[in-house]
Amino acid sequence: MATQHSRSAARLMMAPAVVLLLGWMLVPLIMTLYFSFKKYLPLRGGDLGWVGLDNYVRFVTSSSFWPSVLATLAIVGGVLIITVVFGVLLAILLNQPMWGQGIVRILVIAPFFVMPTVSALVWKNMFMDPVNGLFAHLWKFFGAAPVEWLSQASLTSIVMIVSWQWLPFATLILLTAIQSLDSEQLEAAEMDGAPPLARFGYITLPHLGRAITVVVLIQTIFLLAIFAEIFVTTQGSFGTRTLTYLIYQRVLESQNVGLGSAGGVYAIILANIVAIFLMRMVGKNLDA
Amino acid sequence: MGQIQLNQVSKSFGNVQVIPPLDLTIEDGEFCVFVGPSGCGKSTLLRLIAGLEDVTSGHIAIDGQDSTDTPPAKRGLAMVFQSYALYPHMSVRKNIAFPMRMANIDETEQNRRIEAAAKALNLTDYLDRRPGQLSGGQRQRVAIGRAIVREPAAFLFDEPLSNLDAALRVGMRLEISELHERLQTTMIYVTHDQVEAMTMADKIVVLRAGFIEQVGSPLELYHKPQNVFVAGFIGSPKMNLIEGEEAQKLGAHTIGIRPEHTDVSMTEGTWKGRVGVAEHLGSDTFIHVHDTGLADMITVRITGDISVRHGDTIYLSPQLDQLHKFDAQGLRIE
Repeated sequence: MATQHSRSAARLMMAPAVVLLLGWMLVPLIMTLYFSFKKYLPLRGGDLGWVGLDNYVRFVTSSSFWPSVLATLAIVGGVLIITVVFGVLLAILLNQPMWGQGIVRILVIAPFFVMPTVSALVWKNMFMDPVNGLFAHLWKFFGAAPVEWLSQASLTSIVMIVSWQWLPFATLILLTAIQSLDSEQLEAAEMDGAPPLARFGYITLPHLGRAITVVVLIQTIFLLAIFAEIFVTTQGSFGTRTLTYLIYQRVLESQNVGLGSAGGVYAIILANIVAIFLMRMVGKNLDA
Repeated sequence: MGQIQLNQVSKSFGNVQVIPPLDLTIEDGEFCVFVGPSGCGKSTLLRLIAGLEDVTSGHIAIDGQDSTDTPPAKRGLAMVFQSYALYPHMSVRKNIAFPMRMANIDETEQNRRIEAAAKALNLTDYLDRRPGQLSGGQRQRVAIGRAIVREPAAFLFDEPLSNLDAALRVGMRLEISELHERLQTTMIYVTHDQVEAMTMADKIVVLRAGFIEQVGSPLELYHKPQNVFVAGFIGSPKMNLIEGEEAQKLGAHTIGIRPEHTDVSMTEGTWKGRVGVAEHLGSDTFIHVHDTGLADMITVRITGDISVRHGDTIYLSPQLDQLHKFDAQGLRIE
């Protein structure tokens, strides 16, 4: 197989896919970089020429930049913690033999199939509405004043909505990992005198290490870019303006493409910083 | 101390009874082997003793104390699993230390026992490695080490050698036997391999479909099998079992003769047959003889070598004093 001839043939065959993928990624990236050095206001004069690093300086010095970075990190961190912790617990629960296991498993995965916009609207109107939401009724039932979720606990609300969407994903990955745990290991630990909690801590959790890493890495990629959940609930107010949302506002609400593009470049840098930290923390789990 | 007593112990999974009520006593310091074909309930029986399965009825006593409802950790038994069940993310040292850590034994004592076990099992150089970096035999020794440091009342082995290659299996067999000589602790060993049973055991328990077919020392089982099943199961190559006219002549339903108790001649003898495959091992030769009119095939074992060819006529004479007789129910006739 690995003759000179077959290798060059393989390269030839792969070329179209590689070119397509490269174009797919490089064209938007280069356009973003191109616009980030320009003053470009589509509705107020269009391309107004090169401005050097002006856009970058303006984006960072804006009073909303650092709060948006912090909001992004808070949402990503919060959702990661909730989905991993509850994902592990749910996976253990679903791994127990019980009646109707197949149906329960499908139900648990269901939220993942609901579109973000829809689930955010459902949460906003059916659960978190301070007058008619289910939570409001629950609070009133216990004689408490209903919480105005999206304004009083805005960041928490967003974290709740996004966690609800991503919990099934985490549960699914962790469940498959738990199923691959050798039951003799647990029995050996039981014989060795380890109580249930110790068995979880010493055997199950280390076994899940790699799956947790995968969950954390994949979710981080998607969570850094959440948009719909904020768009249909708080519109970026009450401290829920993430970096993604800030860029959206700069480009579409302020109609300043150059400034937004500079923000896009910062978003790439932030994503890479987060990725480096993550790989430091959990990447070693991926080494076999 | 480790005397284990099973009193009318039975086990059912749903409606299926895998172990009918049985009684068995394993004396302190004994090396007891459960042997039988796969699916005969020997592993289930071991797991009942370990406490990993609950008994459906009956009682298990360890050192005279009823332990039927005692959790596995409190029974003072250590188990070596077929898959070794080492903890993959812990070093060898931590693996061996794990049961002591769970029992809150202080650090210096832990280290003393680890060093002693590692020395006894030739693991000293590997203490800081992970199980994934060890060979099959080394992993097996780590699993045994983890069992030894607990200083248990009895060791339970669940087919521990079945994942090893043939050469290593012979070596480990010796090591386990030596370990037993040194520790003088009760050991219960489950295997489907009758060679392991014969070479290691003080006492063999032959099981079939959950029933105990015979209990006895290896040589008792070899010389005085209680029934046709034990006769066919113990010994290698298998005993030749002959039914029909030839057996009736001797007043039995079935007669059995071991391959090594048959004399061979090219010119005269009791039974005449045709040579099939001859297996030359150097020290011994196994000849499979066909067309004797007694059974499909009679196997004979000759010490040393003999020059026979496929298709040659051969005469067999059983040594009459070594003949086993069984009645229609398959039970031994003295």
